[in-house]
Amino acid sequence: MPGILKIALKLLINDRSKFTALLVGITFAVFLMVMMTSMFSGILTRSSSSVYNIGAKIWVMDPAVNNATSSIPMPDYVLSAARSIKGVRYAVPLYFGTAQVKLKDGSYQAATVVGLDDATLYGRPELLEGNINDIYAENAFIVVKDAEYDKLGKPAVGSEFEINDHRGAVVGLAKVASSGLFGIPTIYTTYSRAITYIPSTRFTTSYILIEPGSESDIPVIQQQIGKLGYQALTRDQFVGKISDFYTFKTGMGMNILLMTTISFVVGLSISGQTFYTFILENLEKFGALKAIGAKSNELIAMILFQASFTSLIGYGLGVGAASTFMILARLRMPDYAAQITFVILGFALLMVLVIASVSSYIGVRKVLQIQPFDIFRG
Amino acid sequence: MSGAAISAENLVKWFGEGEARTVAVRDASFAAEYGEILYIVGPSGSGKTTLLSMVSGILKPNGGSVIVEGEDIWGMSEDRIAQIRLNKIGFVFQDYHLFPRLTTAENVAVPLILKKMNWNQALNVALEYLDIVGLKERAQLPPYKLSGGEQQRVAIARAIAGQPDILIFDEPTASLDGDTGRKIIEFVKAKILNEKRCIIIVTHDSRIYEYADTIMKMEDGKIIGFEKNHAYEK
Ligand SMILES: Nc1ncnc2c1ncn2[C@@H]1O[C@H](COP(=O)(O)OP(=O)(O)O)[C@@H](O)[C@H]1O
Ligand SMILES: [Mg+2]
Repeated sequence: MPGILKIALKLLINDRSKFTALLVGITFAVFLMVMMTSMFSGILTRSSSSVYNIGAKIWVMDPAVNNATSSIPMPDYVLSAARSIKGVRYAVPLYFGTAQVKLKDGSYQAATVVGLDDATLYGRPELLEGNINDIYAENAFIVVKDAEYDKLGKPAVGSEFEINDHRGAVVGLAKVASSGLFGIPTIYTTYSRAITYIPSTRFTTSYILIEPGSESDIPVIQQQIGKLGYQALTRDQFVGKISDFYTFKTGMGMNILLMTTISFVVGLSISGQTFYTFILENLEKFGALKAIGAKSNELIAMILFQASFTSLIGYGLGVGAASTFMILARLRMPDYAAQITFVILGFALLMVLVIASVSSYIGVRKVLQIQPFDIFRG
Repeated sequence: MSGAAISAENLVKWFGEGEARTVAVRDASFAAEYGEILYIVGPSGSGKTTLLSMVSGILKPNGGSVIVEGEDIWGMSEDRIAQIRLNKIGFVFQDYHLFPRLTTAENVAVPLILKKMNWNQALNVALEYLDIVGLKERAQLPPYKLSGGEQQRVAIARAIAGQPDILIFDEPTASLDGDTGRKIIEFVKAKILNEKRCIIIVTHDSRIYEYADTIMKMEDGKIIGFEKNHAYEK
């Protein structure tokens, strides 16, 4: 390390109280920003969990659907029409609804019921226990072993429950990629069983899942479905639609944005303020350095180094604190929905760099203004 | 032994404009020779610090020139002047301006580090200079743990570590008691001054006048006379 930067570092970290205050400010800001955005990211992922878990390439739905759980059933002709579109390898119906499950102890628990196409079981989950073909057995259900599993009384394969006065038998336990947002367990059965066990409206198809012949068939399929007055979305488009809904139509996005901005502003002001005081207190010393013969760009380098050193350490501490917090929170609350993504890490880093730049800009301006003559005059 | 280390020609400096303009230095010319201690004396407000600052390349004059090694420093770029200050001039500020967050040795090493000497080497050289000023055993302490006289000596060690030709002291004894002040200047005269070096001291402390080779008097921004200290030479 160039000697001048080593001096800068010593001036900074040997001033324990200021350095600590700077670190606390930045760490705190990073912690809050990462927490806020991770929580939001977790919520968004979970709000689309069914879409990820079922994994179909194309979802056909009523255009008014903006959330996987609140589907609007479609008439049967849509399915036949979809099957006749060129480029569709196959199209299957999916039932997606909610039912009350009566547990052994007599209590009720709401559950999401996913009914898979009888012929193909398209969208089936990965099984931890049991055999997927047992889903065709009488009253058969597969229970998803996610964070909500306990709410069904931890049913083992072979145990039973009641669903809308029908007997339900657990024939398998499934694993899914993502837990849901709404805190209710998920059970899988066949499409035909789902629509007979669960009271439904005139139409029963919640979604139509399409497997296209190839990627290039997708635009045509979307266009043809559009002509029917329905909407065909790729998995990512559907996830995007759901995310947009939560971000822009529920106030959640606005709140998170606001909180994140506040964390940023608080962090910026604590760190900016402290760094400014640090520079002010050292101004005479910078002036003396200037008088002795330090060039302006050397002084700038010192300040930039001090600001970025502090910021990066604060960033590390903040991200570390946020991760630790999330790990601890998840130990106590399996449902705790927060995830740190690379986008979030990049975003927080960017914000920290903004804090560092603003602070060093103020510092640099001050230091360049100082006249060694003022040091001389005392 | 002679030859001008630094010379000022017709330096003028004023502050403020219009009605508020105060002329701090008027038409000042002098030369400081190698091997001599030049005092700039005069009442407070007479322009001593202003003149010294222009001479040492930290305050731009409104007129006149400062010649170091045949070149007018005020015709140079800011970075060149900084370079001259770093290589040719050593400063001992009135209130020392030592870095409280650095050790005494690191403080002395600062000009060397600015000269791009590597850290360990700079610290070794700093120890040699601390030895010269008799403070080697204080090397690892922060400066604020030292007495005023000791801090002054650290500042001197820092000023000479880069082996400058010209040493500049502003009121070096102002914050020291009479005895310590005399001892410091005695020390400077005996150990720091040499044939290749010129020392300029601004002071109004008459107790140390006897150590000067030349005393230059200022009043109201003007140089009003020079006095060679023959008494001391005898
Ligand atoms: N930055 C400044 N702005 C305005 N006036 C100044 C400034 N620096 C010095 N002066 C004025 O210039 C004159 C000489 O000041 P100075 O050189 O500090 O005197 P000395 O060092 O002899 O006490 C004084 O009248 C002082 O008020
Ligand atoms: Mg003065």
